[in-house]
Amino acid sequence: MTNSIGELEWADCILVTGSNTSETHPVIATFIKRAAYLHGKTLIVIDPRRLYLVRHAHLWLRQRPGSDIAVLNGLMHVIIRDNLQDHDYIARRTENFDALKETVARYTPALVEQVSGVPAADLERAARLYAAAPRAAIVYAMGITQHTTGTNNVISLANLAMLCGNVGLESGGVNPLRGQNNVQGACDMGGLPNVFSGYQAVTDPAKRWKMEAAWNVRNLPDWEGLTLTEMLPGIAEGRIKALYIIGENPVISEADADEIINPLKELDFLVVQDIFLTETGKLADVVLPAASFAEKDGTFTNTERRVALVRRAVPPVGQSRPDWQIICELSRRMGYPMDYAGPEEIFEEIRRVTPSYAGVTYRRLEQEGGLQWPCPHPEHPGTRFLHQDRFTRGLGRFFAIDYQEPTELPDDQYPLILTTGRVLYQYHTGTMSRRAPGLVEKAPECRVEMAAADAEAYGIQDGEMVRVCSRRGEIKVRAQVSFKAIPGTIFIPFHYYEAAVNRLTIAALDPVAKIPEYKVCAVQIRKLRPSPPKAAAAAEAESHGGSP
Amino acid sequence: MSAPRMTINGVPVEFSPGQTILEAAQSAGVSIPTLCHYPDTRPTGACRVCVVELEGARSLVPACATYSAPGQVVHTDTERVDAARRMVLELMLASGNHNCLICEAGGDCELQALAYRYQIDPPAFGKPPGTTYYYEDNNSMIIRDFSRCIQCARCVKACTDRQVNLAIAVGYRGAETTIVAAGDQPYIDSECVFCGECVQACPTGALLDKHARFLGRVWERQKVRSTCPYCGVGCQIDLQVKEGRIIQVTGADAVPNRGRLCVKGRFGWHFVHHPERLKTPLIKENGSLRKADWEEALNLVATRFAELKDREGPDKIGGWCSARITNEENYLMQKFMRAVLGTNHVDHCARL
Repeated sequence: MTNSIGELEWADCILVTGSNTSETHPVIATFIKRAAYLHGKTLIVIDPRRLYLVRHAHLWLRQRPGSDIAVLNGLMHVIIRDNLQDHDYIARRTENFDALKETVARYTPALVEQVSGVPAADLERAARLYAAAPRAAIVYAMGITQHTTGTNNVISLANLAMLCGNVGLESGGVNPLRGQNNVQGACDMGGLPNVFSGYQAVTDPAKRWKMEAAWNVRNLPDWEGLTLTEMLPGIAEGRIKALYIIGENPVISEADADEIINPLKELDFLVVQDIFLTETGKLADVVLPAASFAEKDGTFTNTERRVALVRRAVPPVGQSRPDWQIICELSRRMGYPMDYAGPEEIFEEIRRVTPSYAGVTYRRLEQEGGLQWPCPHPEHPGTRFLHQDRFTRGLGRFFAIDYQEPTELPDDQYPLILTTGRVLYQYHTGTMSRRAPGLVEKAPECRVEMAAADAEAYGIQDGEMVRVCSRRGEIKVRAQVSFKAIPGTIFIPFHYYEAAVNRLTIAALDPVAKIPEYKVCAVQIRKLRPSPPKAAAAAEAESHGGSP
Repeated sequence: MSAPRMTINGVPVEFSPGQTILEAAQSAGVSIPTLCHYPDTRPTGACRVCVVELEGARSLVPACATYSAPGQVVHTDTERVDAARRMVLELMLASGNHNCLICEAGGDCELQALAYRYQIDPPAFGKPPGTTYYYEDNNSMIIRDFSRCIQCARCVKACTDRQVNLAIAVGYRGAETTIVAAGDQPYIDSECVFCGECVQACPTGALLDKHARFLGRVWERQKVRSTCPYCGVGCQIDLQVKEGRIIQVTGADAVPNRGRLCVKGRFGWHFVHHPERLKTPLIKENGSLRKADWEEALNLVATRFAELKDREGPDKIGGWCSARITNEENYLMQKFMRAVLGTNHVDHCARL
């Protein structure tokens, strides 16, 4: 996030798009809802589903899945047409405005309505609400990024924010909500194929020399590695022979999952390190038992770049060990001793080689309760919001982006759009959440959310088992007629291995971010049995419920 | 311009405009007892425990719901105030079945603490013996025991103002007044999303975390501050631990969550002690996994990695960091892959 979670409550306008915030980041949603409900601030939701957050929204724009760029260009079209942009900010802080202006000029509300289904009048209203707010925050998540145009979707949001001078001020910004507890930290620490910790490029000789000196090694590789979504196909191509997987369950979480299981079996050697024996672990040659978060010390970095302590509360279960100890043991056995007394000593090394973390210490975290990077020196208070006086590259650059259709659109054979995501009561592949009795009680099994009109069109009753097929696979899943679904688009969460929706999704990747298009693919849906017993359907319907 | 001033218990104090008498007193170090007051919510003045004498006012005023004004003269500790508070507490104790012996809130109950402080005798006007109270135990997370409810409605404020879930409200009127969810339904059949904010807000034992019941009194628990292992919000949590096991998780009053949690953070921690946790390394032999000790497993991994590196070159091995492990561990993993194995094939699930 460019800004902080707490600032959202005081934004004059919040635009939420591609984020089912109240189910996937419920506590961030409380700040957004407080802004709208308690302080009367403007909330605009742009999403293909009628999310719970829509109840608190002043305006809901319902776009066709994948048409985000058309909608965002349409908003900018109206703002520039009506001269509502922040001229001073554009002049002082940005460049390439004319290219943007030229491109969005084509996105008239009428055209956008045709492409996206968003009524022109609503688009105009949303544009004026966003532009009128002195401080407007944009909040987005995987609904924006998990597209073949994911990178361009994000750039378009940045265009919109800069157009109205909303980057670099409190309660504004462009705020991606990271999905997992330490996904921000994993990126910050160099868990990426192209950078060391602190986003220092592996292709930059100076950075490589610095790390070689710090680590006392020579000849660190100077080429960019493969991303996770490239490593898997790389197995069949012979580019990858062995994998060491920590805390990840790709058999469930990867797009086009049937295409994952077989390559994993083809590996010469697969090591899986996790707290449970996952579906991926079952394919491994060696499984190493890791300690859970409650059994070790360390730090996580949250979505607002805040580093916070994780503390050992209970002893490791069985013979399980913290991941850092396991890595140290392996390293020692391979002739490179890593002798750390504990996580704090590792963190001290991180500080030395990572400028944005240099001012963070365990002692400060203990006393101040969390610090937001960049925090370049021990007296630095941390950074609540980014880009205050200048962007990282100097001027903020507008990019002229055109709308592009998703890779797979519905047709006669596969007439529905499938979009995937999470539900409130479950998390990711369910390894943790499906072992909590309360969460299982509320969300015991996979359900496909569909609109009443679609259910009727396909003769499907609420609670009935159905078969959902794409060109890549099929799953059986229980139907749930839901007010959240809009005719033509169904939603299936990806938490359940027995109805693994990623058997259906398409492994089409964004060319830059290599993120799969989880949010749009074409499917068909069929009844599993001719007619279900009515009593069973009624009993199922009763066990639904709950809305954040 | 200097800050406006008022007088509390004969001492002149400054206050900020918009502060209630309660907040002004708190800033000045004067403690006023409260039961319904809850930070980050709008004042309701429901419990009347915080009443104070305000010179010029006809009756006692609730400090939590009366705004400070320049020149106000407030007394927080007079005989009249004391008597009113005692009466309120006596009525509360009489309104239910406040038996502390096996109450989960014992030692952590704000009503119990005030009864002790004001030395309230057993209720003079108790309800007739055999009076029954609503008791709800039909979900696996939250128990509602209205025999211990004092109708302070702090739960409603927590649900409405803090979480903005709008799932519960004060229902009915007069002596029938009670807390209701969705037209007086059990939580499980209502719009409740089980964030448990109401449980954390309840000053007595009327709303309970069902998992934690009978697992340990408040003074037997050790609280360990940590960070939630679910989504990327990074909520600060207190792991409440007894004898090496987590028995409850509560939201810490810290940034970013300010005490709030969601259903996963509060009720989703059982995986830690789940019997299916991996307890030993496993090695695949003849197509199935068998138990192994650490020596054998680590040696095997190190040997195989070394062999593969020699035979195929370093760029044939990939390593996946994880969004589930700590910064320190992610850092070591990429260091291991780069410095020891010599590959940049390092990534994690950020895209999923």
